[in-house]
Amino acid sequence: MAVQSLAELQDYQKDYQNYQQGQVKELKLVPSALKKPILEIQNLAISFVQYTRGLKQKRTRVITDLSVRVNKGEVTVIVGSSGAGKSLLAHAIMGVLPKKAVVEGKIFYKGSELNPQRQKELRGKEIALIPQSVNSLDPLMKVGRQVRLGVKDQDAKKVQRAVFERYNLRTEDESLYPFQLSGGMLRRVLIATAVASSDVQVIIADEPTPGLDPEVLEETLTHFRQLADQGKAVLLITHDIDMALKIADRVAVFYAGTTVEIAPVRDFCGTGDKLRHPYTKALWRALPQNDFIPIPGAQPQPNELPSGCFFAPRCPLVTQTCSQKLPELREVRGGMVRCNNAS
Amino acid sequence: MLLKAENISFQYDKNSWILKDVSLTLQSGEIVGISGPSGYGKTTLCRILAGYERPQLGQVTLDGNPLPRSGFNPVQLVFQHPEKAVNPRWPIKKILKESWEPEDWILQALGIEKEWLNRWPHELSGGELQRICVARALNPETRFLIADEMTTMLDAILQAKIWQAVLAIASMRNLGVLVVSHDEHLLKRLCTRILRIEDLNNVKK
Repeated sequence: MAVQSLAELQDYQKDYQNYQQGQVKELKLVPSALKKPILEIQNLAISFVQYTRGLKQKRTRVITDLSVRVNKGEVTVIVGSSGAGKSLLAHAIMGVLPKKAVVEGKIFYKGSELNPQRQKELRGKEIALIPQSVNSLDPLMKVGRQVRLGVKDQDAKKVQRAVFERYNLRTEDESLYPFQLSGGMLRRVLIATAVASSDVQVIIADEPTPGLDPEVLEETLTHFRQLADQGKAVLLITHDIDMALKIADRVAVFYAGTTVEIAPVRDFCGTGDKLRHPYTKALWRALPQNDFIPIPGAQPQPNELPSGCFFAPRCPLVTQTCSQKLPELREVRGGMVRCNNAS
Repeated sequence: MLLKAENISFQYDKNSWILKDVSLTLQSGEIVGISGPSGYGKTTLCRILAGYERPQLGQVTLDGNPLPRSGFNPVQLVFQHPEKAVNPRWPIKKILKESWEPEDWILQALGIEKEWLNRWPHELSGGELQRICVARALNPETRFLIADEMTTMLDAILQAKIWQAVLAIASMRNLGVLVVSHDEHLLKRLCTRILRIEDLNNVKK
């Protein structure tokens, strides 16, 4: 949102003054620079403790350093290949990681830190997860009832019918079982379960699109865009960068359990020169509509991480300093990057 | 060589046809794409072409002869989900060896680490296991390769890597390749011609 006129600027200033003096709780007019993230993940690390032999334990760090901010009214997309720690991030936000997981770092929701108690209160209410698979629906429960389950303190039936209408599901579909619906309809039911409650502020969708044909895909993405435009925050997790770019405002790229870059979506264009991290550039160039050329090497396994930058073994720009320590995430050209050589 | 499907019709239950009157040909050295929405029988067609299903009407022939019922099938299918295509109780080595023992350069081209061969399927990621399935399908006796959303679940870099390797091997051995994908960009990049399943299949929706 760019300021167009003096009057508009004064409106902003007045709004901001009211906010600072505590007269209003939230900014009405929010220039993106002032936007406070509704959800913020800072330096998240997750390890698992495994018994190797007898009582001997081995600790495997699967996520080393993930940071990402999710703003209201925006679609933030996290892109990473399998094993980069994407799904674990979703589970960490919801507070549903397995008990043996050791979590470090901080997750903030509306400015205050999340703890297990608060996560329990918020999940399914203010923070909703749309799971990866349509198999997550209960096969023995009518879909209408499954949507109503998430609605509290309101007329559940009314809410469910309204949300069905919004997603082009007929009233009579509510009394069908999952097996009686097509794949596209099941997707819509899944979204409906997540957004039925009007309290929902943040929607996290974990790999919601594999195997969807273009038509259903387009429809699903449009729904996510609409939710953001209605003021919700949407966090979409996927391996499919091409799909991500269709609806994202910002793209966070994960590699080997770290955030390597956060870039506005407009930077993904042409030969990728505007992108900051060599991995992001390689990912962009490997698309069939671009060069379709893979870079050599593979993402390192969690138990074989290199000592310095995790991407160094595959990096065309690698220097001596790269192998010394993992670079910090820093700001470059309006985005974030974890690379010593980015400028 | 010529892989030919002639007027194939197929149904799982008596009341509804999945495929009706589908015909197509695939020549050695040709890379053909099939695109189109889900639910039009793309996967069923792949299974029929590779001999996993027998059509109620019509036939699939290889240079005029029916597909072999036993022994190695020169038409090999790679599925979208590798974990459904391997025996979970076999080590990777045995899974590969059921087909053949690929030379080192093939393993290298597909980015397969030798060490994986000693593991079990559940100890590999989906992308790693898919590469094993591709290597398995590239037996020297394979004449046609059918790739049903073969790289859909992989990231862009891995997708490019696998296809570069498969294209190189296909051109060396003059294989015919059928690529089923919803990604138009991928089909345009790979294929000499692209067919739409809606045009092939005469089941009206």
